[in-house]
Amino acid sequence: MDEKQYLILLVENNSGVLSRITSLFCQRGFNIDSLNVSTTDNPKISRITIVTHGDEKKFRQIIRQTDKLIESKMIFAVEPSFSLLRELLLLKLEMNSAEEIAAAEAVSRKYGCNIIDHSVGTLVLEFTGTPDEIDALLEDCKGFGILELCRTGVTALERGKVSYTLD
Amino acid sequence: MLLTGAEIVTRVLMEQGVDRVFGYPGGAALNVYDVLYKCSDKITHYLTAHEQGACHAADGYARATGKTGVVFATSGPGATNLVTGIATAYMDSVPLVAITCNVPTSLIGCDSFQEVYIAGVTLPITKHNFTVQRVEDLADILRRAFKIASSGRPGPVLIDIPKDITANTCEYIEEPAQQKIMPPTVQNDWWSIANIINEAERPLIYFGGGVRLSGAGEELRELIAKADIPAAHTLMAAGILGYGEKNNLGLIGMHGCFTANKAASKCDVMLAIGTRFSDRVALNTSKFGGESKIIHIDIDASEMNKNVNVYTPVIGDVKDVLKKILPLIKKKSHPEWQAKIAEWQTQDYIPVDNNEVLRPHQILHAMCDIAGKEAIFATDVGQHQMWAAQFLKHVDANSFLTSGGLGTMGYGYGAAIGACVGTDKKRPVIHITSDGSFHMNMNEVCTAVSYELPIITVIFNNKVLGMVHQWQGVFYGKRYSASEPQRKTNYVAVAEGFGATGFKCSNIAEFEEVFKKALEIKGPVWIECDIDSDECVYPMIPAGGTYKDTIIG
Repeated sequence: MDEKQYLILLVENNSGVLSRITSLFCQRGFNIDSLNVSTTDNPKISRITIVTHGDEKKFRQIIRQTDKLIESKMIFAVEPSFSLLRELLLLKLEMNSAEEIAAAEAVSRKYGCNIIDHSVGTLVLEFTGTPDEIDALLEDCKGFGILELCRTGVTALERGKVSYTLD
Repeated sequence: MLLTGAEIVTRVLMEQGVDRVFGYPGGAALNVYDVLYKCSDKITHYLTAHEQGACHAADGYARATGKTGVVFATSGPGATNLVTGIATAYMDSVPLVAITCNVPTSLIGCDSFQEVYIAGVTLPITKHNFTVQRVEDLADILRRAFKIASSGRPGPVLIDIPKDITANTCEYIEEPAQQKIMPPTVQNDWWSIANIINEAERPLIYFGGGVRLSGAGEELRELIAKADIPAAHTLMAAGILGYGEKNNLGLIGMHGCFTANKAASKCDVMLAIGTRFSDRVALNTSKFGGESKIIHIDIDASEMNKNVNVYTPVIGDVKDVLKKILPLIKKKSHPEWQAKIAEWQTQDYIPVDNNEVLRPHQILHAMCDIAGKEAIFATDVGQHQMWAAQFLKHVDANSFLTSGGLGTMGYGYGAAIGACVGTDKKRPVIHITSDGSFHMNMNEVCTAVSYELPIITVIFNNKVLGMVHQWQGVFYGKRYSASEPQRKTNYVAVAEGFGATGFKCSNIAEFEEVFKKALEIKGPVWIECDIDSDECVYPMIPAGGTYKDTIIG
């Protein structure tokens, strides 16, 4: 019952719209696993991707409640198997020796990461992939000292010739 | 024409046809109140004792007239005092526009005197809210607020205007008021829906406040008559069908009629119309409706399958949907089903009259008989509210004002003020309350005195917090925790102290006599009625139960 749910929202690009949405989720006891907001090609519209988990029936209910918000223009759940889910990871590793650096570069090559910073004693990897790929990469980096990491949260598009544009 | 923000506020109110508003002034609202003073020939402002009373008044005004209620308040505490009133309106889908003024833009976010982020506070209890950032946006925001409040499923909208914006000027162009927009009915296979009803052997209608909001009383009556379907109503739909009218089973739910609740379990088709399966009706969501096929008609898509899973959801305005279905409904009668219902009705709870001590049902029947069909009733919350819903013979859908969803004690007096103002004092307005609820907002009587509003308050004084007391008696081993306040209030003296009239009575003959007198008095009147502390609301079904768990005495 407790499945991961991927939700796309197109909303008016106003201040306060995000708190309206998160307030609804909060009121109904939904924890937001990740939240991604950005403006779109239409400056009046923002696109939000929310990953959450919970009971299917409650999830349908929250979609309808969110749909009722005056500033919400469109809302739909995406099926992960028909969609492109991507997330960006920035990962700062502690590097104490040339061997460690070589090992980190090997992991980086395996996943196709970019090394975007190499300072004294640290290395920063940049990686874009599915949440599962990021989880796997982090698993492989457990041997290194992880100083800091940040993930942007999932952003998603459906495959094929679908598009959602609003006036 | 170049106008200040404050002038734009009143201009747009006039555009929208608003001629009566309620509220309370304050520092941040001074500019707006100055303009209200100047245009007092066009907009009458009613000053209450407390912003909560003003908000309930705007709510009662809206419910009694069908128009959108308007309330003003200043920043900070003025705005937060509206919160209970706004939440009350939100839960009962009442069209309301609340206009609060805030500290000037330059002071916002500085923890300034009387500053509160009211848009944030009211986020989950408004249909929508606005913070005005530029005077140029003000007129359109106000217009949008009125449209949102009344369109679709109505609700409260709050507009927060910083003080500097009420002083800034911009060009104002008058626009005609926009009509409310009803979302189109979602297309459905009307034949198959009608067929479910046509083939039903034991149909039941369970209807709520949506029928009133949609003005679909006549269509409902037609459906009931044509297909011979018994109907039970929620608290919010009291008064749509007449008391004792054929096929009206009365109130459904926790304190509903035994027959209504049993029929809900035994029917084969349930038509849920303009209602939301609240936990006071669908006490046990998995058992509510028994084995029946439920057809749910409501304008709000988010109500579908929310609390109870339904067989056929129909999304649309109730009146519009019923008009589509009615021609497809076959004329029918259900003699076996009706016979069963008649048999259950013999088990319905009927309280016994008493001429020595006052009994709630007798008071309610007497006030209906004496005040006549024109009367408007406003209640507070608790036992007296349930008695009112059970025993008032009101016949007009807009004449029963009660806080159903939020259950706000202290709602009644403000609502009565709004109803009295909204009907130009032409209809008798009766406020039914109890000693518990009345102590929450009795100060509003000063408002009724100031404006000479002939509101009759009938206080069911059982000297305890009745509903809490009843539950403690039944479920908590008579441990009456904090429900016996030992108050010594002399209601007659308090009424007189406020400049109103007070009476006290202890039997039905006395009540009838003073109630007749009260109807002749120009200003507000209080009538204290002594009720036994052990009077309970029956029947009663505990939360989570079904008709099988009904407690009668």
